[in-house]
Formats: sequence, C-alpha cells, structure tokens
Amino acid sequence: MTVSNLAKKRLVTKSKPQQLAPLRFITCGSVDDGKSTLIGRLLWDTKAVKQDQAERLHKDSQKGKGGLNLPEFALLLDGLQAEREQGITIDVAYRYFSTPKRTFIVADTPGHEQYTRNMATGASTADLAVLLIDARIGILEQTKRHAMIASMMGISQFILAINKIDLTDYDRQNFEKITTEFNKFALSLGITDITAIPLCALKGENVVEKASDTMGWYDGPSLLETLELATVRSKQSVGFRMPVQRVCRPNESFRGYQGSVAGGAVKPGDSVVILPSGRPANVTKIVTFDLVRNAAVAGDAITLVLDRHVDVGRGDVISSIEARPATGFHFDANVIALCENGIESGKRYWLKSSSRRQRVMVEPFSAIDLKSGQWQDIGSDIDSLALNNIGKVRLNFEEIAIFDSYQENRDTGSFILIDPDNNNTIAGGMITGQTKDVVKIGDFNKDEEVVVLALSPKLAKKLQNSEVFAAIKDDVKQITTTRSKFNKLI
Amino acid sequence: MSNIETIQKPPLDPHLKALENEAIFIFREIAAEFENPVMLYSVGKDSSVLLHLARKAFYPGKIPFPLLHVNTGWKFAEMIEFRDRIIKEYELDLISFTNPRGPNENITPFTHGSSVYTDIMKTQALRMALDAGKYDAAFGGARRDEEASRAKERIYSFRTPDHRWDPRNQRPELWSIYNGMIKKGESVRAFPISNWTEANVWRYIREENIPIVPLYFAKKRPVIERDGMLILAEDKRLEVAANEDIQHIDVRFRTLGCFPLSGAIRSTATNIDEVIEEIDVATVSERQGRAIDKDQSSSMEMKKREGYF
Repeated sequence: MTVSNLAKKRLVTKSKPQQLAPLRFITCGSVDDGKSTLIGRLLWDTKAVKQDQAERLHKDSQKGKGGLNLPEFALLLDGLQAEREQGITIDVAYRYFSTPKRTFIVADTPGHEQYTRNMATGASTADLAVLLIDARIGILEQTKRHAMIASMMGISQFILAINKIDLTDYDRQNFEKITTEFNKFALSLGITDITAIPLCALKGENVVEKASDTMGWYDGPSLLETLELATVRSKQSVGFRMPVQRVCRPNESFRGYQGSVAGGAVKPGDSVVILPSGRPANVTKIVTFDLVRNAAVAGDAITLVLDRHVDVGRGDVISSIEARPATGFHFDANVIALCENGIESGKRYWLKSSSRRQRVMVEPFSAIDLKSGQWQDIGSDIDSLALNNIGKVRLNFEEIAIFDSYQENRDTGSFILIDPDNNNTIAGGMITGQTKDVVKIGDFNKDEEVVVLALSPKLAKKLQNSEVFAAIKDDVKQITTTRSKFNKLI
Repeated sequence: MSNIETIQKPPLDPHLKALENEAIFIFREIAAEFENPVMLYSVGKDSSVLLHLARKAFYPGKIPFPLLHVNTGWKFAEMIEFRDRIIKEYELDLISFTNPRGPNENITPFTHGSSVYTDIMKTQALRMALDAGKYDAAFGGARRDEEASRAKERIYSFRTPDHRWDPRNQRPELWSIYNGMIKKGESVRAFPISNWTEANVWRYIREENIPIVPLYFAKKRPVIERDGMLILAEDKRLEVAANEDIQHIDVRFRTLGCFPLSGAIRSTATNIDEVIEEIDVATVSERQGRAIDKDQSSSMEMKKREGYF
C-alpha cells in the first residue's frame, strides 16, 4: 500500500472515540490473597486471553485448582520462570484489557514484603487500588502497608476485594466485620472512597458478573462495574510548568527547548520565567512535528521557542510567572525506602525529579508504625530508614531545588533517590512542603537598610522583565496595593 | 512524504495521544542522559511506529543516533527493499549487522533448528553489534502485551556488561522518573512503546499514515504449509519437498521476522481498516505465528536473559 492510498483511506474512516479515559489500577494486598488469579479472571472473562495463550495456559496448569477443572489464571500474569516455580508474584506485571465502555491498564503487584518496592512502582502511576483480602484471614499488616503506600502516592479510590468468600460459606457477617475494620483504619489515612465487594476470583463470582445466587445479600456492584465507573486522577491545574529535557539546535537560526508540559497550559505570547535563574522570557512558538500549535496542555510533549537568548539547560524548569513552584535548599517529603540498606542519614545521594538531577542529604525524622498507623519520631540514635519503611524526611540540597508539593502536582512533586555507590534506585519520595525555618536569600536583618520604591504597575512590569532585575529578584520584596493604602503604610 | 505532513490532521484519540507523549518523553530522556544511544530497527510495524515517534521527538532536529538492523540474512526481500527506501527518504543513519558466523558456517534456520539459529543470528549478533558500537543505550520496540516475560519489563531495562537481564532484581521504576545511571560497560534497553497494545499500534499507524511493509496486507502469495505454518515460497533458498504444494492464496503477516520462521495467516484484509477489523475479532495472539516463542514455556525469558532484546 502506498502512502497516498493510506492518506485517502483515513479521510473516510474515523476511529471510535473512547467515552472514558483509560483507567490505571493496581491490585495489591498480602501474599496468597489471590491477586494474580483475580486479574487472570478479569482477562479471561473480558476475552483478553487469546486462544493460543489459553492453550498454553491449560498446558502449564497442573490439572487446575480445587477440582474445578479451571486453568490457573495466575499463570497468565506470573510470566517469570521463578514465579511459576514458586507460585508467587515477584515483579509487577502490566496488562491491558478493555470492555465496550473502557480500556484498562492494570499492574499486578507482589504481596511479599520483600518485594514491596515493586508494589510501590505499580502504585506510582495508578488511579485506583484494588486491595485484596482473604476472607478467612482478614486484614494483615501487609494489607495496611499497601493501603498506606497507595494513599501516600495519591491514590484516593479503593476497592476492598474480600476474596475467597466461598471458603467462609459466603458469610455476610464476616464480610461486614472486615469492612468495618478496614474503614476505621482507612479513615485514619484520610481514605474515604472505598467500595467493598465480596468475591471469589477463582469462580468468577462478583468479578465481572454479579453472583446473586450465592450472595443474594450483596446488592452492590461487581468489581468490573466499579472499575468502569471510577474516575481518573485529574490533571494538575496549577501554573504552567515544563521541565527542560534537552535543547534542540538543528541549525544557527533555531533554538528550542524540549520537554513535556507538567502542569497548566501555555500559548504563544505567554510570559514565562526560567528557574532557578529567575530570568523572564516570552513564548514565541510551540513547535511539534505535526504543526505549529497555538496552545499546549499538561502531558503534551513539545518544543518551546522563546523570544530572547537566555541561559536554559536540561534540568531547568520553564514556569508561568504568577504561579511558580517553590525554589530553595530545604524541602520536606514522605519517602518509601526501596533498598536493602535503607536510607542513611548523612550520605550524599543523587536525587532525580523530572529531568533534574542533583546531590542531596536526607535527614529522616519520623516513620510510620505499621501496627498503629501512627507517625513516630525517629530517635537520635537511629539515623536511617529501613527497607520498605515509610518515613518523613528533610531534604538538604547543595544547589537550588525546584518543587511543587506532590498534592498539587504529581510530576513536579515526586522524586527518586539514587545511591551513587551502585546506581540503584533506593527510594521514592513525595514533596510535602518547603522548610521555612531557614534563612532565605530574600530575608533581611532587622537593622539592615532597605529602600522602598513605589511604581506604577506598568513601570513595575517593565522593570521585572529586565535582566538586571532577574538577577536580584530573590532580594526584592514585592507588594501590590492601592495608592491610599500605601500612603497609610508609610 | 512531506506533502502528507502538511495536511491538517484531526486530533488523535486521547489515549493514543497519551501513549505518544510518553514515548517522546522517553526518547528525549535517553538522548539527553546517555552518551551513545542506538535504536534497534527491525523493519516491522512496531519499529515503524518507533521510528515515527523518534522523528517526532527530535523535530525540527534530526534523530541524534543511528539505527541498528540486526540482519540475519533471512529476512523477507520486501522488508529489505522497504528498509532501504525509508532510510533514503528520511535521510537516516543505518547500521546493518550480520553475524559473520552465519555465512561462514552456513548457519540457517533449516539446518540448525530455530533455537540455535535464533541464538547465533539474533541474540549473539545483537550482542556483537552493541559491543562493536560501544552503545550505552539501545531503544527497542518491545511491548508488554506481547508476551508474559515482557509484561514484567521496565521501560529502562538494565543490562550487565555481558548484556544479561536479571528479572528478579530490576530497579524500581516510579512515576515517569527514569534512573539512567550506569557504570562503564553497562547499558540499558529502553522501550518507549512498552504500554502499547497491538490494537494501539495499528490505530496509530492509521491515524498517522505511517508507511509499513506491504507484507502486512493481504495479497495472493505463493506459500507452502509446513508444520502447521504457512511459509512464503518466494525465496530461492527455500527447498520445497516433493510432497509440499505451492499454493497461491490470500495471506498476510501479523508479525515479520525471518521468512522461514514467520508464518502467514489466511486473510483478505488488504488495507489498514480491514486489518484493524480483523485484529479486533482475532482469537489468537499476534505471536502465534512465531516459531521461536514456542520451544518452551519460558523461552522468551531465557532468550532475554541471554541478551535478546
């Protein structure tokens, strides 16, 4: 087929618009709760498993579980040899399936405490968490840990899938007892959006179809119905941000800054500021392969052209002038330790956030006690955060850092820590705020002389856009007020 | 080509747009953080999508790394014609590498069996080519929905100096923050279209008018049936046995590799819309026609551990 034929063809055919945005979710919980079986069941019942894969599944299953003569659905997910041999999930597996209503991206995450880091990997990009609980066992420490990690990573919707309900004779009271206990725990984390569903993944009860014959007492939705109606995380709406990934200079006459919009929107003519230098500029063009665009929104991978030659490099952030991210040397964050050695206080790590990589020292000051769910101060004798622990830390930088809080912007509020000795990713972190109790460049001594200038807005803007001002802007305090109020002030 | 790109296109489906944005981000990260990247280019549909995304990522600049084609010498003739046309048209820098053991020792898929042949002409060849170029990052068009061990792979897949993959000790990969720090001799394989499904790939090819090898579209072609596979009988090197009939039937290919190992499927889908329709109702997976996946349950994982992409 020639290219021009293709071009003609596409004018008459239109792809069917998806009604809902794809949902990313994770399944988590303790080991042996049946996570892989549940996803296997979802893939099977939504016909995402093809004939040749099913044949192999039957070949690999040893007779099927519990005399039901069903294939072992978990084998669809546990794609590594070691997983098949041990019958456990070691690493996160991503799978894709769809119903007429929606597309789903699911991350099946391991239950073993040893592999918690892989659960965190799955949670970082998910919109919703399906938390599995074995109806016979109830809530375990690992269930709580997973709920806590998911919640900390910004997941607000939870489905409490109380599995193997058939093995408790579909006991309603037991289901309600577990639900109440979880709700109480969840409330302490601030989780309010919880749908509890009694189900049997192996038999497919309340997974895709409602099981009204065995669980007539349950009048809620099935798992799939709940997933189809879930919402996706909203795109951050704070000011425009674009972390610069690289500078594109194909020839003398073109210089563009390439990156993905990490919040807000931008259009030609917008005034922006380059951080951390603080230099202002105006956007002249948004270039993409397809066409010169007249706007770009969060998520778009673009090339920005500015109206003047300013020093911009990889790791800088181009931001709107009005709503900037915080810049400074000290930030507070929640972190999860993902490596054997934990996080050591006093060690210089690499921190990577968006495209910015810099040195950092980490000072842990409290950790979550998993039994109570409470934060506990770390004593001065303990100066590290152990593997799989969740803690609050202070980040001390050697060069200026640029962040939003994770709550405001997931892209510019998240980071990883890298051990310079072995290059491993040893922690994931979420910024909670900037530390205020340190001397900033803009703070003055009480007795220091200051000069107060009152300018018209027009003149002030002109001054702000100048290079001279950009270089000293951190030393300037600006207040916008009315003439009459200003008169009273002095 | 250039006249197509100036046509004002309707906006992409939001899901495809998000997948495209993610891929472009990954291309730019690797190009910025690694000294000597290379893009594996197999000429198939996934490689065609990958190439298109790379052109988008660096536009208006050129793709700042070469393409590497590991050529077994047994690819479909139409693939090589297509490859050479694309390279010329887009002014790309292509390195074609063939393991010299192939021609020297006469290693063929017929004489050595698919697993020995694949190991020497694909896995070993890839390792030799990567070593020769001292590449510290290699882009590949692998997708997680292709195969069970691929579903476990990170976007940045870390490899030891001898190209091994250790699936049990992968680095955590949170958000879209990729850890590109490696020691000398180590490398990463980067997979920008990890999260794409076969259906996404086809729809994107349609929406973006991406040229692909015509073998993906049905046409009357000479084939023989061998071990349940329909093998294209156009190459003189295919020895047709006395009891094998050459049939002229409507077939196309769902995946392309070496012609003796890539089975055709009976199909009348002659254009992209018909192909998409066919895939939507297909009851078998795309790798079903691939001989090399079938040797053992974990054969892909084993090959990957050895350095296969």
